[in-house]
Amino acid sequence: MVVTVAIFLVKLFYIQVLSDNYRLLSESNVRRSLVQYPPRGIIYDRHGEKLVTNEPAYDLMVIPRQVKSPDTLELCRLLELDPQQFRNRLKKARKYSMYKASIFLEQISKESYGYLQEKLYRFPGFFVQPRTLRKYPYPIAASVLGYVGEVNQNDIEKDRYYISGDYIGKSGIEKSYERELRGEKGMRIVMVDVFNREKGRFEEGQYDVPQVQGEDLISTLDLQLQLYAEKLMQGKRGSIVAIEPSTGEILVMVTAPGYDPNLLIGRQRTKNFARLSQDPQKPLFNRALQAQYPPGSTFKLVVGLTGLQEGAITPASRFGCNGKASSPIACTHSHASPLDLVGAIEQSCNPYFWGVFRNSVDRFGYSNTRKGFNEWRRIVKSFGFGSPISPDLLNQSEGNIPQDAYYDKYFGKNGWRSITIRSLSIGQGEILVTPLQLANFAATIANRGYYIPPHVVKKAGIREIEFEKKKTAVEDKYFLPIIDGMYNVFEASHGTARYWKIDSIISCGKTGTVQNPHGKDHSLFLAFAPMDNPKIAVCVVVENAGFGATWAGPIASLLMERFIKGKVKRLDVEEHMINSNLISP
Amino acid sequence: MRERKNIFQNADKIMIIIYILLVLMGWLNIYAAVYDDTHSSIFDLSTNYGKQALWIATSALLIFLVMMTEARFFSSFSYVIYVGIVLLLVVVLIVGHEVAGSKSWIEIGSFRIQPAELAKFATNLALAAYLGRTHVNIQKLSTKVVTAIILGIPPLLILAQNDTGSAIVYTTFILVLFREGLNGNVLVAGVAAAFLFIMSLLVSQWIVIGSTAVVLAFVAWRWQRGRRPWFALIGVFLISVAFVLCVDYAFHKVLEPHQKERINVLLGKETDLKGAGYNVHQSLIAIGSGGILGKGYLNGTQTKYNYVPEQSTDFIFCTVGEEWGFVGSTVVLGLFLALLIRVIMQAERQRTAFARIYGYGVASILFFHLAINVGMAIGLLPVVGIPLPFFSYGGSSLWSFTILLFIFIKLDSHRNEVV
Ligand SMILES: [Zn+2]
Repeated sequence: MVVTVAIFLVKLFYIQVLSDNYRLLSESNVRRSLVQYPPRGIIYDRHGEKLVTNEPAYDLMVIPRQVKSPDTLELCRLLELDPQQFRNRLKKARKYSMYKASIFLEQISKESYGYLQEKLYRFPGFFVQPRTLRKYPYPIAASVLGYVGEVNQNDIEKDRYYISGDYIGKSGIEKSYERELRGEKGMRIVMVDVFNREKGRFEEGQYDVPQVQGEDLISTLDLQLQLYAEKLMQGKRGSIVAIEPSTGEILVMVTAPGYDPNLLIGRQRTKNFARLSQDPQKPLFNRALQAQYPPGSTFKLVVGLTGLQEGAITPASRFGCNGKASSPIACTHSHASPLDLVGAIEQSCNPYFWGVFRNSVDRFGYSNTRKGFNEWRRIVKSFGFGSPISPDLLNQSEGNIPQDAYYDKYFGKNGWRSITIRSLSIGQGEILVTPLQLANFAATIANRGYYIPPHVVKKAGIREIEFEKKKTAVEDKYFLPIIDGMYNVFEASHGTARYWKIDSIISCGKTGTVQNPHGKDHSLFLAFAPMDNPKIAVCVVVENAGFGATWAGPIASLLMERFIKGKVKRLDVEEHMINSNLISP
Repeated sequence: MRERKNIFQNADKIMIIIYILLVLMGWLNIYAAVYDDTHSSIFDLSTNYGKQALWIATSALLIFLVMMTEARFFSSFSYVIYVGIVLLLVVVLIVGHEVAGSKSWIEIGSFRIQPAELAKFATNLALAAYLGRTHVNIQKLSTKVVTAIILGIPPLLILAQNDTGSAIVYTTFILVLFREGLNGNVLVAGVAAAFLFIMSLLVSQWIVIGSTAVVLAFVAWRWQRGRRPWFALIGVFLISVAFVLCVDYAFHKVLEPHQKERINVLLGKETDLKGAGYNVHQSLIAIGSGGILGKGYLNGTQTKYNYVPEQSTDFIFCTVGEEWGFVGSTVVLGLFLALLIRVIMQAERQRTAFARIYGYGVASILFFHLAINVGMAIGLLPVVGIPLPFFSYGGSSLWSFTILLFIFIKLDSHRNEVV
């Protein structure tokens, strides 16, 4: 008996006095660190209307070690899982950690949460973690706003702030303003009993970390205008970008076809994402930023501005045109000849701008093509072409303004002359731009020579987001004849957009029809209004729609009218645009 | 008043004081084990500690009853009590109420009685009565058979109730028999068998058999006393082989999976913290986290938050270990040891064989419960559900231990009288 008691005392002495292990284990048993997820910042439109809000959601968490051969069937029924899914999820959680909590089932509905909360004490190891989910009051601007998803291994490695199961902005504003929106996670340390019922705070909460709420964002988008623009683009493929020229604030950014951002939240996200990414119309592809088109005739404005700046032409310079018989570049139609710069813009004369381009490139002599071209290219690039221009939009395509090296490779060193690369003069060939770059170009003309990098967020929390003005390499005065030409596009008797004049608003624009080797031409239009003190600059691209004047022109003019006047008078045009379906079934 | 003074006049004060201390400490620890901020009255009858207060009060009544009874009554009516309890064990098999897989409860109104608990002191009485007769020779086969029957019937009936823990308790009477002159070889054989049993589970049976052969050969080689007993050695060897093979067979074919798992966990062959090992693991955490002085009364998180199962009954020692630390555990073990020593000391001083054997029975039963219960809580022995005497929550067990001890105290108070 004495021996037995002595053995017990030795063992007790060992586990109670000598070993620290059990004290730690007891703490890990009882202490539960509950991550406190602050609500993500809300995103408003420029007038304070909510674009993105939050809605409570509940994740069911599991600590595999504490799961005690539960009545699987009953829990399965509560969660609407079949036993196999249940086992798989548990296996996944075990693989992550036996001791640490991980998400067992994400985003349980409010109803099942209420029901589950009452029964959960019977399933040790499971508890509910409140979270917030995104909610979109309007099904618009999905590609700009982006979406939120669970962090992946890569995110965790890049930023130790994140732990498995956290949410992170995956695209759009959600991603580029992740830091502001997410806030700071808090930590509440509580003591729980074996059924995971909270039994009080650990050490009166002195080790708790308070959460910091995410900052609200005020976006530059105009909710009503965005709604209207998406309506105009329904049944069409293409994009619209509208910018307030004086600030560089993006008022509207549409990619069509788009998708309802509400599809990419909740438990259906994975399924919907897979469906969207396989859709042949590519709704996840943000055409406004990522699609690259030859700019077509809209590029004649750039060629004209560059020519003026370089002294290759004056506004009074004239070039002859033989219509369709012109060589080396034919004109699309017959018109009076020779035209001056303003007339050439109004009529979109191809030979005229070939003439301007040739003068520019051959400025240093016919054989000094490289120098002339590089100088020309420098000025073109100063408009933001050939590189991403927005500071807060992700995944912008650069577009392409070809380099001399490219032609060297293609035609041999110095094996090319201005005539070799003549298609650049009418915005064809290797040159590529994005709708965003074109809209920014329209804003640059509206500003007579400068632009503010186009952006989608104007305020984060209390911080105003502002960007530096960028001057182009073209002096202000040279913009005036270009603007006159764009004025004529709407106002003159031969203007290519004369049918889309807006009552009592003087607008400036330029059509473009982009040859498309894969199908019908793309219809393109850029514009700004009013001519003096411009409020809005727009670029509209409608793919495979034919002439720029037929589709992109009226859509741009309707949008400008709606923005400036608040309503549209030309209801017939509006109705025609909204109801036209140009996507072949 | 005169009578009351009378009945406690010669009672052993040390045993009574230790008894009272243990019961009160047990009660406080039951309170701590189920402590919850919502229930604060220690007398709340809807809780374990409230009910335990009731059991303690009724135990006090039982003490008076026992002390007022003529000492001669216990020796004279021991067989009657024994038969009565055995009948009760049979009844429970028929009308018993099943709790946690064991059909060992009789329900009378809202009260539940566990006859298996009461059978302990009854068996002890019967054994003392039988072996306490004059001219008993324990070496005689007939004596052995009768003793085996007396000791065998209750555990068999209890086993039938599926209450393994309470049945195992009866092996403790071997200690009494040993004291009463049973050949030591039986004990040696028992220890050897236990050793072989454990080894054959731990390592391959062929290694065990081979080692046995080597050991026996060594014994034969070093044999000093006359001719080597080849016949006996070979016999021992054959019996060992048969035993090892039987164990192996029994382990794999007879035991239920959860029992096998418990044994494996105990032997260190498995570390399953979710299943059988969970309770012991949590119990160890509770006791181990107590440190030297403990976490303080009502501050044990392991027990308060229900991490330790059965914490007011089988694992009550966890509460002691966690809240009172090494010091508290030592005090409790020390009190038990003092009680045991006192019981044995007093037993040796008895004039009648009946009282002496009964005293040894009391010590054996208490020791067995203490050893198994605490051994289990600190992970030295397998999980067997038996209570810690005087400490654990439960009316039947408290009553049973109280009666068991106080019959001895009563007998002891009359040791100077001629019976
Ligand atoms: Zn022409």
